[in-house]
Amino acid sequence: MPYPEDVRYTPEHEWAKLERGVVTIGITDYATEQLGDVVFVELPEVGRKLETMKTFGVVEAVKTVSDLFAPLDGEVVEVNAALVDNPALVNQSPYGDGWMIKVRATSPDPLKGLMSSDDYEKMLEDQHA
Amino acid sequence: MSSTLTPKRTPFYALHAAAGAKLIDFAGFEMPVRYTGDVREHTAVRERAGLFDISHMGEFFVSGEGAAAYLDTLVTNHVGGLAVGQALYSPMCRPDGGIVDDLLVYRTASDFMVVVNASNRGKDWEWMHSQCPPGVRLEDRSEETALLAVQGPKSVDVLRGHVPDALLDLRYYHFGEGTIFGAEAMIARTGYTGEDGFELYFRTRDADAVWNGLMEAGKGVGLEPIGLGARDTLRLEMGFMLYGNDIDDTTSPLEAGLGWTVKFAKPEFNGRAVLATQKERGLTRKLVAFELDGRRVPRHGMPITSAGRVVGSVTSGTFGPSLNLPIGMGYVETAFATLGGALDIMAGSTKLPARIVKLPFYKQGSRKTG
Repeated sequence: MPYPEDVRYTPEHEWAKLERGVVTIGITDYATEQLGDVVFVELPEVGRKLETMKTFGVVEAVKTVSDLFAPLDGEVVEVNAALVDNPALVNQSPYGDGWMIKVRATSPDPLKGLMSSDDYEKMLEDQHA
Repeated sequence: MSSTLTPKRTPFYALHAAAGAKLIDFAGFEMPVRYTGDVREHTAVRERAGLFDISHMGEFFVSGEGAAAYLDTLVTNHVGGLAVGQALYSPMCRPDGGIVDDLLVYRTASDFMVVVNASNRGKDWEWMHSQCPPGVRLEDRSEETALLAVQGPKSVDVLRGHVPDALLDLRYYHFGEGTIFGAEAMIARTGYTGEDGFELYFRTRDADAVWNGLMEAGKGVGLEPIGLGARDTLRLEMGFMLYGNDIDDTTSPLEAGLGWTVKFAKPEFNGRAVLATQKERGLTRKLVAFELDGRRVPRHGMPITSAGRVVGSVTSGTFGPSLNLPIGMGYVETAFATLGGALDIMAGSTKLPARIVKLPFYKQGSRKTG
Protein backbone atom coordinates (compact mmCIF):
# COMPACT_ATOMS: atom_id res chain seq x y z
CA MET A 1 0.00 0.00 0.00
CA PRO A 2 1.29 3.48 -0.76
CA TYR A 3 -0.01 4.83 2.60
CA PRO A 4 2.30 3.61 5.36
CA GLU A 5 0.68 3.31 8.79
CA ASP A 6 3.66 4.57 10.80
CA VAL A 7 3.30 8.17 9.54
CA ARG A 8 0.54 10.78 9.78
CA TYR A 9 -0.85 12.84 6.90
CA THR A 10 -1.96 16.40 6.02
CA PRO A 11 -4.75 17.26 3.56
CA GLU A 12 -1.99 18.87 1.43
CA HIS A 13 -0.27 15.49 1.00
CA GLU A 14 2.65 15.90 3.38
CA TRP A 15 3.50 13.06 5.75
CA ALA A 16 5.06 13.41 9.21
CA LYS A 17 6.78 10.79 11.32
CA LEU A 18 7.62 11.30 15.00
CA GLU A 19 10.78 9.68 16.38
CA ARG A 20 12.28 10.72 19.74
CA GLY A 21 10.83 14.24 19.64
CA VAL A 22 11.95 14.93 16.06
CA VAL A 23 9.43 14.90 13.20
CA THR A 24 10.56 13.90 9.70
CA ILE A 25 8.50 15.45 6.91
CA GLY A 26 8.07 14.57 3.24
CA ILE A 27 5.34 14.31 0.61
CA THR A 28 3.20 11.27 -0.13
CA ASP A 29 3.42 8.81 -2.96
CA TYR A 30 0.07 10.18 -4.16
CA ALA A 31 1.57 13.70 -4.28
CA THR A 32 4.56 12.56 -6.34
CA GLU A 33 2.22 10.85 -8.79
CA GLN A 34 0.24 14.04 -9.22
CA LEU A 35 3.39 16.12 -9.63
CA GLY A 36 5.36 13.90 -11.99
CA ASP A 37 9.16 14.08 -12.10
CA VAL A 38 10.51 16.37 -9.38
CA VAL A 39 13.39 18.52 -10.64
CA PHE A 40 14.01 20.85 -7.71
CA VAL A 41 13.06 21.15 -4.05
CA GLU A 42 13.45 24.48 -2.27
CA LEU A 43 13.77 23.88 1.47
CA PRO A 44 14.19 26.15 4.51
CA GLU A 45 17.49 26.57 6.34
CA VAL A 46 18.26 24.80 9.58
CA GLY A 47 16.98 26.96 12.43
CA ARG A 48 13.91 28.26 10.60
CA LYS A 49 10.74 28.31 12.67
CA LEU A 50 7.75 26.65 11.02
CA GLU A 51 4.09 27.35 11.66
CA THR A 52 1.34 24.81 11.10
CA MET A 53 -0.05 24.91 7.54
CA LYS A 54 2.22 27.80 6.50
CA THR A 55 4.47 27.16 3.48
CA PHE A 56 7.99 25.97 4.22
CA GLY A 57 9.23 25.25 0.69
CA VAL A 58 8.46 24.57 -2.95
CA VAL A 59 8.54 21.43 -5.09
CA GLU A 60 9.17 22.01 -8.79
CA ALA A 61 8.23 19.17 -11.12
CA VAL A 62 8.63 19.22 -14.88
CA LYS A 63 4.98 20.05 -15.48
CA THR A 64 3.88 21.73 -12.30
CA VAL A 65 4.84 23.37 -9.04
CA SER A 66 3.51 22.96 -5.51
CA ASP A 67 4.04 24.67 -2.17
CA LEU A 68 5.00 22.60 0.85
CA PHE A 69 2.93 23.10 4.02
CA ALA A 70 4.21 22.55 7.54
CA PRO A 71 2.23 19.84 9.35
CA LEU A 72 3.17 21.30 12.75
CA ASP A 73 4.85 24.13 14.66
CA GLY A 74 8.56 23.65 15.22
CA GLU A 75 12.15 24.41 14.32
CA VAL A 76 14.03 22.90 11.37
CA VAL A 77 16.95 20.82 12.66
CA GLU A 78 18.00 19.04 9.47
CA VAL A 79 17.45 19.34 5.71
CA ASN A 80 17.86 16.48 3.23
CA ALA A 81 20.98 17.65 1.36
CA ALA A 82 20.80 14.67 -1.02
CA LEU A 83 17.82 16.30 -2.75
CA VAL A 84 20.04 19.12 -4.07
CA ASP A 85 21.86 16.82 -6.50
CA ASN A 86 19.16 14.19 -6.79
CA PRO A 87 15.63 15.61 -6.52
CA ALA A 88 14.32 12.44 -8.21
CA LEU A 89 14.69 10.72 -4.80
CA VAL A 90 11.34 12.30 -3.95
CA ASN A 91 9.72 10.22 -6.71
CA GLN A 92 11.77 7.09 -6.13
CA SER A 93 11.40 6.91 -2.37
CA PRO A 94 8.88 9.43 -1.04
CA TYR A 95 8.76 7.91 2.47
CA GLY A 96 12.44 6.99 2.59
CA ASP A 97 15.44 8.70 0.96
CA GLY A 98 13.12 11.36 -0.47
CA TRP A 99 12.34 12.88 2.96
CA MET A 100 12.65 16.66 3.08
CA ILE A 101 13.19 18.13 6.55
CA LYS A 102 13.40 17.18 10.23
CA VAL A 103 11.70 19.42 12.73
CA ARG A 104 11.92 19.68 16.53
CA ALA A 105 8.31 20.06 17.54
CA THR A 106 7.14 22.87 19.82
CA SER A 107 4.22 20.98 21.33
CA PRO A 108 4.36 17.69 23.24
CA ASP A 109 1.81 16.03 20.93
CA PRO A 110 2.85 17.45 17.56
CA LEU A 111 0.99 15.05 15.26
CA LYS A 112 -2.36 15.68 16.90
CA GLY A 113 -4.87 16.73 14.27
CA LEU A 114 -3.08 14.94 11.40
CA MET A 115 -4.72 12.06 9.57
CA SER A 116 -4.11 8.36 9.96
CA SER A 117 -3.33 6.33 6.83
CA ASP A 118 -6.95 5.12 6.77
CA ASP A 119 -8.28 8.68 6.98
CA TYR A 120 -5.87 9.84 4.28
CA GLU A 121 -6.83 7.01 1.98
CA LYS A 122 -10.50 7.77 2.60
CA MET A 123 -9.94 11.45 1.81
CA LEU A 124 -8.35 10.53 -1.51
CA GLU A 125 -11.19 8.17 -2.33
CA ASP A 126 -13.75 10.87 -1.53
CA GLN A 127 -11.93 13.37 -3.73
CA HIS A 128 -12.02 10.97 -6.64
CA ALA A 129 -15.57 9.75 -6.09
CA MET B 1 -10.86 24.27 -22.15
CA SER B 2 -12.35 22.17 -19.38
CA SER B 3 -16.01 21.30 -19.41
CA THR B 4 -18.45 19.23 -17.43
CA LEU B 5 -19.26 17.10 -20.46
CA THR B 6 -18.01 13.55 -20.48
CA PRO B 7 -14.60 13.68 -22.09
CA LYS B 8 -14.20 12.01 -25.48
CA ARG B 9 -11.80 9.14 -26.00
CA THR B 10 -9.49 8.36 -28.86
CA PRO B 11 -9.53 4.87 -30.41
CA PHE B 12 -6.39 4.10 -28.36
CA TYR B 13 -8.01 4.78 -24.98
CA ALA B 14 -8.16 1.14 -23.87
CA LEU B 15 -4.50 0.63 -24.81
CA HIS B 16 -3.45 3.66 -22.74
CA ALA B 17 -5.45 2.48 -19.75
CA ALA B 18 -4.02 -1.03 -20.05
CA ALA B 19 -0.49 0.42 -20.22
CA GLY B 20 -1.09 2.14 -16.88
CA ALA B 21 -1.05 5.68 -18.26
CA LYS B 22 -2.18 8.56 -16.07
CA LEU B 23 -5.08 10.09 -18.01
CA ILE B 24 -6.16 13.72 -17.94
CA ASP B 25 -8.81 15.82 -19.62
CA PHE B 26 -7.14 17.73 -22.44
CA ALA B 27 -9.26 19.77 -24.86
CA GLY B 28 -12.26 17.61 -24.00
CA PHE B 29 -10.40 14.34 -24.51
CA GLU B 30 -9.26 11.84 -21.94
CA MET B 31 -5.57 11.68 -22.91
CA PRO B 32 -2.44 10.03 -21.49
CA VAL B 33 -0.27 12.67 -19.77
CA ARG B 34 2.41 10.13 -18.84
CA TYR B 35 3.04 6.39 -18.84
CA THR B 36 6.22 6.10 -16.75
CA GLY B 37 7.65 9.58 -16.18
CA ASP B 38 8.06 12.84 -18.07
CA VAL B 39 11.86 12.81 -18.07
CA ARG B 40 12.16 9.16 -19.06
CA GLU B 41 9.67 9.59 -21.91
CA HIS B 42 11.31 12.82 -23.08
CA THR B 43 14.73 11.15 -23.11
CA ALA B 44 13.39 8.11 -24.99
CA VAL B 45 12.32 10.41 -27.84
CA ARG B 46 15.59 12.38 -27.91
CA GLU B 47 17.76 9.26 -27.83
CA ARG B 48 15.65 6.47 -29.37
CA ALA B 49 11.99 6.67 -30.37
CA GLY B 50 8.56 7.37 -28.91
CA LEU B 51 4.97 6.66 -29.94
CA PHE B 52 2.35 9.39 -29.44
CA ASP B 53 -1.43 9.15 -29.74
CA ILE B 54 -2.50 12.52 -31.11
CA SER B 55 -5.84 11.38 -32.52
CA HIS B 56 -7.57 14.19 -30.65
CA MET B 57 -6.41 16.57 -33.38
CA GLY B 58 -8.91 17.45 -36.12
CA GLU B 59 -8.73 16.55 -39.80
CA PHE B 60 -10.70 18.67 -42.27
CA PHE B 61 -10.66 17.87 -45.97
CA VAL B 62 -11.00 20.65 -48.51
CA SER B 63 -11.76 19.86 -52.15
CA GLY B 64 -13.13 21.45 -55.29
CA GLU B 65 -11.94 23.78 -58.01
CA GLY B 66 -11.15 26.74 -55.75
CA ALA B 67 -9.78 24.79 -52.77
CA ALA B 68 -6.22 26.11 -52.94
CA ALA B 69 -7.34 29.71 -53.49
CA TYR B 70 -9.78 29.42 -50.59
CA LEU B 71 -7.12 28.08 -48.24
CA ASP B 72 -4.79 30.85 -49.36
CA THR B 73 -7.28 33.45 -48.19
CA LEU B 74 -7.57 31.66 -44.82
CA VAL B 75 -3.93 31.05 -43.92
CA THR B 76 -0.86 33.28 -44.06
CA ASN B 77 1.55 30.76 -45.61
CA HIS B 78 1.38 29.87 -49.32
CA VAL B 79 -0.81 26.82 -49.99
CA GLY B 80 -0.77 27.41 -53.77
CA GLY B 81 2.95 26.73 -53.78
CA LEU B 82 2.57 23.20 -52.38
CA ALA B 83 3.36 20.22 -54.59
CA VAL B 84 1.28 17.06 -54.25
CA GLY B 85 2.82 15.12 -51.38
CA GLN B 86 4.01 18.19 -49.55
CA ALA B 87 2.92 19.66 -46.21
CA LEU B 88 2.95 23.18 -44.83
CA TYR B 89 2.75 24.78 -41.38
CA SER B 90 0.72 27.97 -41.13
CA PRO B 91 -1.18 30.25 -38.83
CA MET B 92 -4.80 30.90 -39.83
CA CYS B 93 -5.58 34.53 -39.05
CA ARG B 94 -8.64 36.64 -38.46
CA PRO B 95 -9.01 39.90 -40.39
CA ASP B 96 -7.53 41.74 -37.37
CA GLY B 97 -4.37 39.62 -37.54
CA GLY B 98 -5.14 37.51 -34.45
CA ILE B 99 -4.54 33.78 -34.82
CA VAL B 100 -7.61 31.51 -35.07
CA ASP B 101 -5.36 28.45 -35.00
CA ASP B 102 -2.05 27.12 -36.23
CA LEU B 103 -2.33 24.13 -38.50
CA LEU B 104 -0.81 21.84 -41.09
CA VAL B 105 -1.97 21.66 -44.72
CA TYR B 106 -1.21 18.49 -46.70
CA ARG B 107 -1.74 18.53 -50.47
CA THR B 108 -2.92 15.18 -51.88
CA ALA B 109 -3.63 14.41 -55.55
CA SER B 110 -7.36 15.11 -55.05
CA ASP B 111 -7.74 17.47 -52.09
CA PHE B 112 -6.14 19.17 -49.09
CA MET B 113 -6.09 17.80 -45.56
CA VAL B 114 -6.02 20.49 -42.87
CA VAL B 115 -4.93 19.29 -39.42
CA VAL B 116 -6.04 21.51 -36.55
CA ASN B 117 -5.61 21.62 -32.78
CA ALA B 118 -8.06 19.56 -30.72
CA SER B 119 -8.98 22.57 -28.60
CA ASN B 120 -9.99 24.53 -31.71
CA ARG B 121 -11.90 21.95 -33.72
CA GLY B 122 -15.33 23.53 -33.27
CA LYS B 123 -14.13 27.10 -33.63
CA ASP B 124 -12.06 26.33 -36.75
CA TRP B 125 -14.89 24.42 -38.38
CA GLU B 126 -17.31 27.33 -37.93
CA TRP B 127 -14.73 29.84 -39.08
CA MET B 128 -13.74 27.88 -42.16
CA HIS B 129 -17.39 27.24 -42.99
CA SER B 130 -18.29 30.91 -42.73
CA GLN B 131 -15.53 31.72 -45.23
CA CYS B 132 -16.19 28.87 -47.65
CA PRO B 133 -17.16 29.91 -51.19
CA PRO B 134 -19.53 27.95 -53.45
CA GLY B 135 -17.78 25.14 -55.26
CA VAL B 136 -15.43 24.31 -52.37
CA ARG B 137 -16.32 21.32 -50.20
CA LEU B 138 -15.39 21.03 -46.54
CA GLU B 139 -15.55 17.72 -44.76
CA ASP B 140 -14.74 16.91 -41.13
CA ARG B 141 -13.21 13.43 -40.87
CA SER B 142 -11.77 13.87 -37.37
CA GLU B 143 -13.96 11.18 -35.81
CA GLU B 144 -12.95 8.51 -38.28
CA THR B 145 -9.25 9.39 -38.39
CA ALA B 146 -6.62 7.96 -36.06
CA LEU B 147 -3.31 9.79 -35.78
CA LEU B 148 -0.10 8.41 -34.29
CA ALA B 149 3.33 10.03 -34.27
CA VAL B 150 6.58 8.05 -34.21
CA GLN B 151 9.34 10.46 -33.20
CA GLY B 152 13.02 10.09 -32.42
CA PRO B 153 16.33 9.38 -34.14
CA LYS B 154 15.43 5.67 -34.45
CA SER B 155 12.03 6.30 -36.08
CA VAL B 156 13.18 4.94 -39.45
CA ASP B 157 14.27 1.71 -37.74
CA VAL B 158 10.81 1.32 -36.22
CA LEU B 159 9.07 1.63 -39.59
CA ARG B 160 11.62 -0.24 -41.74
CA GLY B 161 10.10 -3.37 -43.26
CA HIS B 162 6.57 -2.31 -42.33
CA VAL B 163 6.04 0.48 -44.87
CA PRO B 164 7.14 0.79 -48.51
CA ASP B 165 10.88 1.59 -48.52
CA ALA B 166 10.33 4.79 -50.53
CA LEU B 167 8.48 6.30 -47.55
CA LEU B 168 11.61 5.96 -45.41
CA ASP B 169 13.34 8.38 -47.80
CA LEU B 170 10.67 11.08 -47.51
CA ARG B 171 12.07 14.54 -46.96
CA TYR B 172 10.95 16.70 -44.02
CA TYR B 173 7.42 18.03 -44.52
CA HIS B 174 6.68 15.53 -47.30
CA PHE B 175 4.30 12.57 -47.16
CA GLY B 176 3.14 9.54 -49.09
CA GLU B 177 0.56 6.79 -48.93
CA GLY B 178 1.21 3.20 -47.96
CA THR B 179 -0.01 0.21 -46.01
CA ILE B 180 1.23 -0.30 -42.46
CA PHE B 181 0.15 -3.34 -40.40
CA GLY B 182 -2.78 -3.80 -42.76
CA ALA B 183 -3.96 -0.19 -42.56
CA GLU B 184 -4.01 2.20 -45.49
CA ALA B 185 -2.21 5.24 -44.17
CA MET B 186 -0.94 8.68 -45.02
CA ILE B 187 2.60 8.76 -43.72
CA ALA B 188 4.24 12.15 -43.28
CA ARG B 189 7.73 13.18 -42.21
CA THR B 190 6.46 15.76 -39.78
CA GLY B 191 6.43 16.17 -36.02
CA TYR B 192 6.44 18.40 -32.97
CA THR B 193 9.62 17.27 -31.21
CA GLY B 194 12.62 18.45 -33.24
CA GLU B 195 13.55 14.83 -33.87
CA ASP B 196 13.31 12.82 -37.05
CA GLY B 197 9.98 11.08 -37.26
CA PHE B 198 6.68 10.36 -38.90
CA GLU B 199 3.01 11.10 -38.40
CA LEU B 200 0.60 8.37 -39.52
CA TYR B 201 -3.03 9.05 -40.46
CA PHE B 202 -5.35 6.05 -40.88
CA ARG B 203 -8.87 4.83 -40.12
CA THR B 204 -9.85 4.40 -36.49
CA ARG B 205 -10.88 0.75 -37.09
CA ASP B 206 -7.17 -0.04 -37.61
CA ALA B 207 -6.12 1.59 -34.34
CA ASP B 208 -5.23 -1.55 -32.37
CA ALA B 209 -3.38 -3.21 -35.26
CA VAL B 210 -1.17 -0.19 -35.94
CA TRP B 211 -0.42 0.64 -32.27
CA ASN B 212 0.42 -2.96 -31.38
CA GLY B 213 2.36 -3.44 -34.61
CA LEU B 214 4.48 -0.35 -33.96
CA MET B 215 5.14 -1.23 -30.30
CA GLU B 216 6.29 -4.70 -31.36
CA ALA B 217 8.38 -3.36 -34.26
CA GLY B 218 10.00 -0.81 -31.95
CA LYS B 219 11.02 -3.25 -29.23
CA GLY B 220 14.53 -3.60 -30.64
CA VAL B 221 15.24 0.13 -30.56
CA GLY B 222 13.49 0.86 -27.25
CA LEU B 223 10.34 2.55 -28.56
CA GLU B 224 8.15 3.78 -25.69
CA PRO B 225 4.65 5.27 -25.53
CA ILE B 226 4.83 9.01 -24.78
CA GLY B 227 2.29 11.19 -22.99
CA LEU B 228 1.32 14.82 -23.34
CA GLY B 229 3.74 15.80 -20.56
CA ALA B 230 6.82 14.89 -22.59
CA ARG B 231 5.16 16.12 -25.78
CA ASP B 232 5.13 19.57 -24.18
CA THR B 233 8.74 19.52 -22.95
CA LEU B 234 9.94 18.27 -26.35
CA ARG B 235 8.11 20.99 -28.29
CA LEU B 236 9.11 23.74 -25.88
CA GLU B 237 12.81 22.83 -26.09
CA MET B 238 12.36 23.49 -29.83
CA GLY B 239 10.41 26.72 -29.32
CA PHE B 240 7.38 25.34 -31.19
CA MET B 241 4.15 27.21 -30.50
CA LEU B 242 1.36 25.80 -28.34
CA TYR B 243 -1.99 27.31 -29.27
CA GLY B 244 -3.77 28.74 -26.23
CA ASN B 245 -0.43 29.36 -24.50
CA ASP B 246 1.97 31.10 -26.88
CA ILE B 247 -0.47 32.16 -29.59
CA ASP B 248 -4.20 32.85 -29.61
CA ASP B 249 -6.87 35.13 -31.06
CA THR B 250 -5.13 38.19 -29.61
CA THR B 251 -1.56 37.56 -30.82
CA SER B 252 -0.28 38.06 -34.35
CA PRO B 253 2.10 35.75 -36.21
CA LEU B 254 4.65 38.56 -36.41
CA GLU B 255 4.61 39.10 -32.64
CA ALA B 256 5.03 35.34 -32.19
CA GLY B 257 8.14 35.22 -34.38
CA LEU B 258 6.26 33.39 -37.13
CA GLY B 259 7.05 36.03 -39.76
CA TRP B 260 8.51 33.29 -41.96
CA THR B 261 5.00 31.89 -42.41
CA VAL B 262 3.46 35.19 -43.54
CA LYS B 263 3.66 35.53 -47.33
CA PHE B 264 2.98 39.16 -48.14
CA ALA B 265 3.55 38.37 -51.83
CA LYS B 266 0.14 36.65 -51.83
CA PRO B 267 -2.56 38.99 -53.19
CA GLU B 268 -5.03 38.80 -50.29
CA PHE B 269 -5.51 36.84 -47.12
CA ASN B 270 -7.22 37.39 -43.77
CA GLY B 271 -5.12 39.73 -41.66
CA ARG B 272 -2.88 40.91 -44.49
CA ALA B 273 -3.53 44.66 -44.07
CA VAL B 274 -3.09 44.61 -40.29
CA LEU B 275 0.05 42.47 -40.48
CA ALA B 276 1.52 44.70 -43.22
CA THR B 277 0.98 47.72 -40.97
CA GLN B 278 2.57 45.91 -38.02
CA LYS B 279 5.56 45.10 -40.17
CA GLU B 280 5.91 48.64 -41.45
CA ARG B 281 5.43 50.44 -38.13
CA GLY B 282 7.12 47.90 -35.92
CA LEU B 283 5.71 45.68 -33.16
CA THR B 284 4.76 46.76 -29.67
CA ARG B 285 5.58 43.35 -28.19
CA LYS B 286 7.47 40.23 -29.18
CA LEU B 287 7.63 36.64 -28.05
CA VAL B 288 11.04 35.93 -26.52
CA ALA B 289 12.67 32.74 -25.31
CA PHE B 290 14.60 32.68 -22.05
CA GLU B 291 16.72 30.44 -19.87
CA LEU B 292 16.78 30.78 -16.10
CA ASP B 293 19.85 30.92 -13.91
CA GLY B 294 18.37 29.04 -10.96
CA ARG B 295 16.35 25.84 -10.63
CA ARG B 296 12.89 27.33 -10.17
CA VAL B 297 10.69 26.86 -13.24
CA PRO B 298 8.74 29.62 -15.03
CA ARG B 299 5.02 28.89 -15.52
CA HIS B 300 2.27 30.18 -17.80
CA GLY B 301 0.93 33.52 -16.58
CA MET B 302 3.86 34.61 -14.40
CA PRO B 303 4.68 38.32 -14.86
CA ILE B 304 7.97 39.27 -16.53
CA THR B 305 9.65 42.36 -15.06
CA SER B 306 12.62 44.59 -15.80
CA ALA B 307 13.96 46.90 -13.09
CA GLY B 308 10.83 46.17 -11.08
CA ARG B 309 8.34 47.10 -13.81
CA VAL B 310 6.08 44.52 -15.49
CA VAL B 311 7.04 44.34 -19.19
CA GLY B 312 5.32 41.10 -20.19
CA SER B 313 4.20 37.66 -19.10
CA VAL B 314 5.19 34.02 -19.46
CA THR B 315 3.24 32.01 -22.02
CA SER B 316 5.04 28.65 -21.64
CA GLY B 317 7.53 27.36 -19.13
CA THR B 318 9.05 24.06 -18.16
CA PHE B 319 12.13 22.33 -16.96
CA GLY B 320 13.98 21.26 -20.13
CA PRO B 321 15.12 17.68 -19.51
CA SER B 322 17.66 17.67 -22.38
CA LEU B 323 19.06 21.04 -21.33
CA ASN B 324 18.91 20.39 -17.58
CA LEU B 325 17.66 23.97 -17.25
CA PRO B 326 14.38 25.79 -16.65
CA ILE B 327 13.24 27.48 -19.89
CA GLY B 328 10.31 29.53 -21.06
CA MET B 329 8.77 31.88 -23.58
CA GLY B 330 6.67 34.99 -23.18
CA TYR B 331 5.66 38.28 -24.72
CA VAL B 332 7.58 41.39 -23.67
CA GLU B 333 7.52 45.01 -24.79
CA THR B 334 9.70 45.29 -27.89
CA ALA B 335 12.29 47.51 -26.16
CA PHE B 336 13.12 44.56 -23.85
CA ALA B 337 13.17 41.87 -26.54
CA THR B 338 16.91 41.85 -27.19
CA LEU B 339 19.03 38.71 -27.36
CA GLY B 340 21.10 38.35 -24.22
CA GLY B 341 18.91 40.78 -22.31
CA ALA B 342 18.21 40.20 -18.62
CA LEU B 343 14.66 39.88 -17.29
CA ASP B 344 13.05 38.71 -14.07
CA ILE B 345 10.24 36.19 -13.87
CA MET B 346 8.00 36.73 -10.84
CA ALA B 347 7.01 33.52 -9.07
CA GLY B 348 4.73 35.16 -6.53
CA SER B 349 7.06 37.54 -4.73
CA THR B 350 10.15 35.54 -5.70
CA LYS B 351 12.27 36.98 -8.52
CA LEU B 352 13.73 34.41 -10.95
CA PRO B 353 16.53 35.92 -13.08
CA ALA B 354 16.36 35.00 -16.78
CA ARG B 355 18.33 35.70 -19.97
CA ILE B 356 16.86 36.03 -23.46
CA VAL B 357 18.26 33.39 -25.83
CA LYS B 358 17.83 32.32 -29.42
CA LEU B 359 15.51 29.48 -30.43
CA PRO B 360 15.65 26.55 -30.54
CA PHE B 361 16.81 25.93 -26.98
CA TYR B 362 17.78 22.41 -28.02
CA LYS B 363 20.04 22.40 -31.07
CA GLN B 364 20.96 18.72 -31.51
CA GLY B 365 17.60 17.49 -32.85
CA SER B 366 17.72 14.76 -35.49
CA ARG B 367 14.95 16.10 -37.75
CA LYS B 368 15.82 16.19 -41.44
CA THR B 369 15.27 19.82 -42.25
CA GLY B 370 17.43 19.94 -45.39
